[in-house]
Amino acid sequence: MRLKPALVALPVLLALSITACGDVKDDGNDKKATSSSSSCDVADLPLTTAGKLTIGTDSPAYEPWFTDNDPTNGKGFESAVAYAVADKLGFEKGDVVWTKVPFNNSYAPGPKKFDFDINQISITPERQKVVDFSDGYYSAAQAVIVLNKDKVEAGSLADLADLKLGAQTGTTSLTAIRDEIKPKTAPVVFKDTNVAKQALLNGQVDAIVADLPTAFYITAAEIEDSSILGQFQPTTGTQEEFGLLLGKGSELTGCVNQALESLKSDGTLAGLEKQWLSETVDVPVLK
Amino acid sequence: MTDAWAPSPRELERQQVRRGLRRKQFLIAAGITVLAAIAVATIVGTSPGWERFKELFLSWHHAKEAFPDIAKGFWINVKMFVIGEVIILVVGTLVAVTRNTVTPWLTPLRIVAVIYTDVFRGLPTLLVVFIACIGIPALGIEGVPTDVTTLGIFALVLCYGAYVAEVIRAGIDSIHPSQISSAEALGLGRAQTTRYVVLPQALRRVAPPLLNDFVSLQKDTSLVASVGVFEALFAAQDYGNYNFNYTPLLVTGLFFLALTVPLARFTDFLGRRALRRERGR
Repeated sequence: MRLKPALVALPVLLALSITACGDVKDDGNDKKATSSSSSCDVADLPLTTAGKLTIGTDSPAYEPWFTDNDPTNGKGFESAVAYAVADKLGFEKGDVVWTKVPFNNSYAPGPKKFDFDINQISITPERQKVVDFSDGYYSAAQAVIVLNKDKVEAGSLADLADLKLGAQTGTTSLTAIRDEIKPKTAPVVFKDTNVAKQALLNGQVDAIVADLPTAFYITAAEIEDSSILGQFQPTTGTQEEFGLLLGKGSELTGCVNQALESLKSDGTLAGLEKQWLSETVDVPVLK
Repeated sequence: MTDAWAPSPRELERQQVRRGLRRKQFLIAAGITVLAAIAVATIVGTSPGWERFKELFLSWHHAKEAFPDIAKGFWINVKMFVIGEVIILVVGTLVAVTRNTVTPWLTPLRIVAVIYTDVFRGLPTLLVVFIACIGIPALGIEGVPTDVTTLGIFALVLCYGAYVAEVIRAGIDSIHPSQISSAEALGLGRAQTTRYVVLPQALRRVAPPLLNDFVSLQKDTSLVASVGVFEALFAAQDYGNYNFNYTPLLVTGLFFLALTVPLARFTDFLGRRALRRERGR
């Protein structure tokens, strides 16, 4: 019976490693939201970095939500809203830090590297089980973009069912295609809006569906000779709204909602919408 | 004196000692494996985020919801992989044979073959997929397919054709010159020698590395998701992005394993068999 000493030591080491790894730090994401009880002074806010407000968004940051792919300039609707919220919370412009968060990382478990994420994220009940959302800061309609040369005519959602449609993954636009339009050929799904635009130009899809402000920007500035065929509101569920995304049970949610509330009541939010997002009245509504 | 051989008492003793040793080693191996498994399970199961992890990665409800889409997507993966594999074998063999020709007449072809293998082995597959699936339709040439799945297969064939060509060329180069001399002595021409003597032996010799490349090709069919082919992984990500849950990714993982693990086992078996034959036992 020649047992190597290493073999005897191994179980011991394993036992030690269990006890050593057993007490990992709690990431603080499981705490109960205490929105109303705590104050919303900057000093009392639970921040990722003390004294700074860290805001996440995806890269590239698209127009008209951001301009020049630069969230820090305060231009573009979401950049402006983010700074307005920061201002209401009591942060100087210089104390706002932006961080790049790909959409599919924004809902990852574990500690967040942002205080809130602003990235045209629609509020849905299913998502609310995993993250916290602020109240909505914008209500989006869906829009259908076509190339003018394709001479697509549609007066109703039913007319769209014959087209080959495309939309970006994980968006409510895609869900709208699947649940509302129910096209005869399965929709083409894109990783991002750029691939979708190229596919439309290449004739790989007949039309792409995106939220109305994005559609306005694409037709006005990005694809020549394209136009919005029409807009529609998904009839299933409630009016779709974009919300700021926070970690589940974040103590910041209440304060962010207070900030948004006052931005709504003093008309700032409506003003920003007017300033950055085009008027939506002249687009035909598809029923 | 042609008595049947019987092991000597000493040999019997040896065998017994060996058996005892083997048993002891097996017990140690089993014990330590079980201990390690328990340790991992304990660490994972008692971690503070385990409950959240279960919700996000191991949700039965989301697995069921996403399953049909993933299965449909996986069918696309399988189609791309099977069609691609056949074409890749042909392309790889042609390129390898071309590079090994010696006549001066074929010099331009040889140069093309060398440039092709160098370039496409060096380019990231994802980049080739992008250029093929978005660039080619943008040219708008009549009659060229714009279907992303077809173009995706084309891109994978380009990349993997280069890898496989090199593997096959290594196989060809490993055939002993005496084989070729013997073939010539029998009066076979160059083409016949390649076709009947060199290639069969070369392909048999490189079967394990080839299969290795094909396991890797199966996984890389997921790369075409980046240009909008709704294959298994993309279906899982899409579901996850909408419902904020990662479980479908694990479901997709199981799909891929169900395809790649048997192939990997088969590869190992072939390798072992080849070894046995070479060692003559």
